[in-house]
Amino acid sequence: MRDVAVVGFTQSPSMRREPDRNEVEILIPVIQALREQTGLSSKDFDFICSGSSDYLAGSSFAFVSGLDAVGAWPPVCESHVEMDGAWALYEAWVKIQMGYADTALVYGFGKPSMGDLPLTMALQLDPYSVMPLWPDAISIAGLQARHCLENGVLSVEDMAAAAVRDRGHAKDNPYAQIAGDFTVEGILAEEYLVNPLRKSDCAPISDGASAIVLAAGDRARELRDRPAWIRGIEHICEPMDLGVRDLGRSRSTEIAAEKAGASSGGFDIAELSAPFTHQEILVEKALGLSGTTTVNPSGGALAGNPMMAVGLSRIGECATRIWDGQAGRAVAHATSGPCLQQNLVCVLEGN
Amino acid sequence: MAELAAVVGIGQTNYEAKRLDLSQPGLLREAAEKALADASCSWADIDAVIIGKAPDLFEGVMMPELFLNDAVGGAYKPMLRVHTAGSVGGSTGIVAASMVQSGIHDRVLCVAYEKQSESNATWALSISMPFSLATVAGAGGYFAPLVRGYIRRSGAPEDTGIRVAVKDRQNALKNPLAHLHLEDISFEMVANSPMLWDPIRYLETCPSSDGACAMVMEKESLASARSGKVAWIHATEMRSEPTMFSGRDQVMPQATLDNAASLYKKAGISNPRKELDCAEIYVPFSWFEPMWMEGMLISEPNEGWKMTYEGATALDGDFPVNMSGGVLSSNPIGASGLIRFAEAALQVRGLAEAHQVDGAKKALGHAYGGGSQYFSTWIVGSEKP
Repeated sequence: MRDVAVVGFTQSPSMRREPDRNEVEILIPVIQALREQTGLSSKDFDFICSGSSDYLAGSSFAFVSGLDAVGAWPPVCESHVEMDGAWALYEAWVKIQMGYADTALVYGFGKPSMGDLPLTMALQLDPYSVMPLWPDAISIAGLQARHCLENGVLSVEDMAAAAVRDRGHAKDNPYAQIAGDFTVEGILAEEYLVNPLRKSDCAPISDGASAIVLAAGDRARELRDRPAWIRGIEHICEPMDLGVRDLGRSRSTEIAAEKAGASSGGFDIAELSAPFTHQEILVEKALGLSGTTTVNPSGGALAGNPMMAVGLSRIGECATRIWDGQAGRAVAHATSGPCLQQNLVCVLEGN
Repeated sequence: MAELAAVVGIGQTNYEAKRLDLSQPGLLREAAEKALADASCSWADIDAVIIGKAPDLFEGVMMPELFLNDAVGGAYKPMLRVHTAGSVGGSTGIVAASMVQSGIHDRVLCVAYEKQSESNATWALSISMPFSLATVAGAGGYFAPLVRGYIRRSGAPEDTGIRVAVKDRQNALKNPLAHLHLEDISFEMVANSPMLWDPIRYLETCPSSDGACAMVMEKESLASARSGKVAWIHATEMRSEPTMFSGRDQVMPQATLDNAASLYKKAGISNPRKELDCAEIYVPFSWFEPMWMEGMLISEPNEGWKMTYEGATALDGDFPVNMSGGVLSSNPIGASGLIRFAEAALQVRGLAEAHQVDGAKKALGHAYGGGSQYFSTWIVGSEKP
């Protein structure tokens, strides 16, 4: 395998509602900042890959206009996944592994504020038997949380503590949407949004974008004194149907973690993109994180949740902390689909 | 460097206006099961699944791969969903090939589909966004001016498109999977069909189809050990450019020219017209055959129409194009690119039956999309490169 590292990362602030800018206008300054950070221009990228969702934009081929942010002229080698940008990064990593590219640009972007996100997410479900019931995303997650509580997998105090921790960490993150000194007691005093989920158990709805530059070997060393090397990256998808999987654990995260080499632990930091507190705990368990790992130093998805970019940003947040020496070994996580259906695990190291 | 990969299994549904006998999962599974049978594989032999389709708004399911993954054996495996506009089928094939060429997986399954009977493509393509100029033209209205531009600059005879339409529908009569089987297809029949978007007549356009196409790809050591014929992937390439900017040549985009030059270089081809035995290219409107003959550097500029006119692109010509009947005869949009790639592979495996080009050893598969701005292509061969 070739050594591939994250050498550039930029993001927009997570905002509940971008008042003036469309998806591409959110993305343009993020790409521009990445050019300035790395000193690279579009012609330096051997491969470009993006992640976005037409259903957030409300129109077909919404990703096509993303090319305007890249400045794809002369023509570029480019692909797109209808997935979080973390999977776009995976495709770019594959292209570097096969020798097609040495340097790649990856970005993800979404503007869910244009619609009703929990209801839009109902359109992800089986269109014949489940979707016609319009179960919104929070209600679906609530079923999983209830299952976990009633089977002793976790407690409401555990869930609230995850939100307290993440939003406390987010006080140091200027891009976060929700940050502050929350308390378990305060959260447990909140009314239910969808029993057993309270508002603080849910990630915010965020508009935003992020972008990453990957580079191989010596190219990475030229671009960064201490590149964040990808030591393992794997993703696994479960069946969607909630009745055929164990909702009390994240089996796909466990498998992906093992294949990505995360089982040996030793992480200084972990960045998780689980959008609900109980899911964050399930992912922590699946990754086997110990007390020595700082979870979500940026605040994670519970502090800022730009759809289609939030997973990619987790990899970026790990990388920045490796670049500056805060962390030696890190694990990033991305998820997609109802109740942690699909999960990606990426292990990064400074050496 | 890249590992060698080969196509070892191909499966296609039959293409119809409405496959009411199947759900979306059923449609994908039918193609995937055929591909596995062709490859003599079971679901357990597949390391990863790549799913491709055109816009989610077509069927009204957001990221439908999540609910479809299970039906194509993707449970507890890596799964990627590709979406690159009309070229998506081709891109899906390229991403799948990458998974093997990178050495990451030994054997992968890719499936691309569209179930247009559960959709309204023209609605999905015509949504008006705030502060954006709405063309509300559909694909035909978008491409007709580009065809006009081509006719003007090339001086092509006005009936070139009609000849392509007749030829592709004749080829489709030899392909039992094709959607359109127009037994009485003739020059007059196409010429007398209604003019939809001048100069594009009704019978010069593609149908709306339900269908799925699947392929199994394998690493060299596994594919070499097979007794049956495989299609070796000699080269893949893709290029994109923005939809609109001042000075953009939309008739002959730079992206197609760059893509073709790079593809042939990687495949070690200096004269594609001579060295390729046939090509299956993305022709949703008849005129795009001569246009992409030029765009793929198979013909000299402004002379692509002569290939059509001289019969070179006919099944018995010296450079057969769209042996399967092409997009003009079957068009499940998201699958259409992968069907082109699959037909190229079928040809070099010698498995194309009635639409087989005798002795085909090297073939081009081609897809394009967006506003003539996304291109994905591959060259496959009966021998290793």
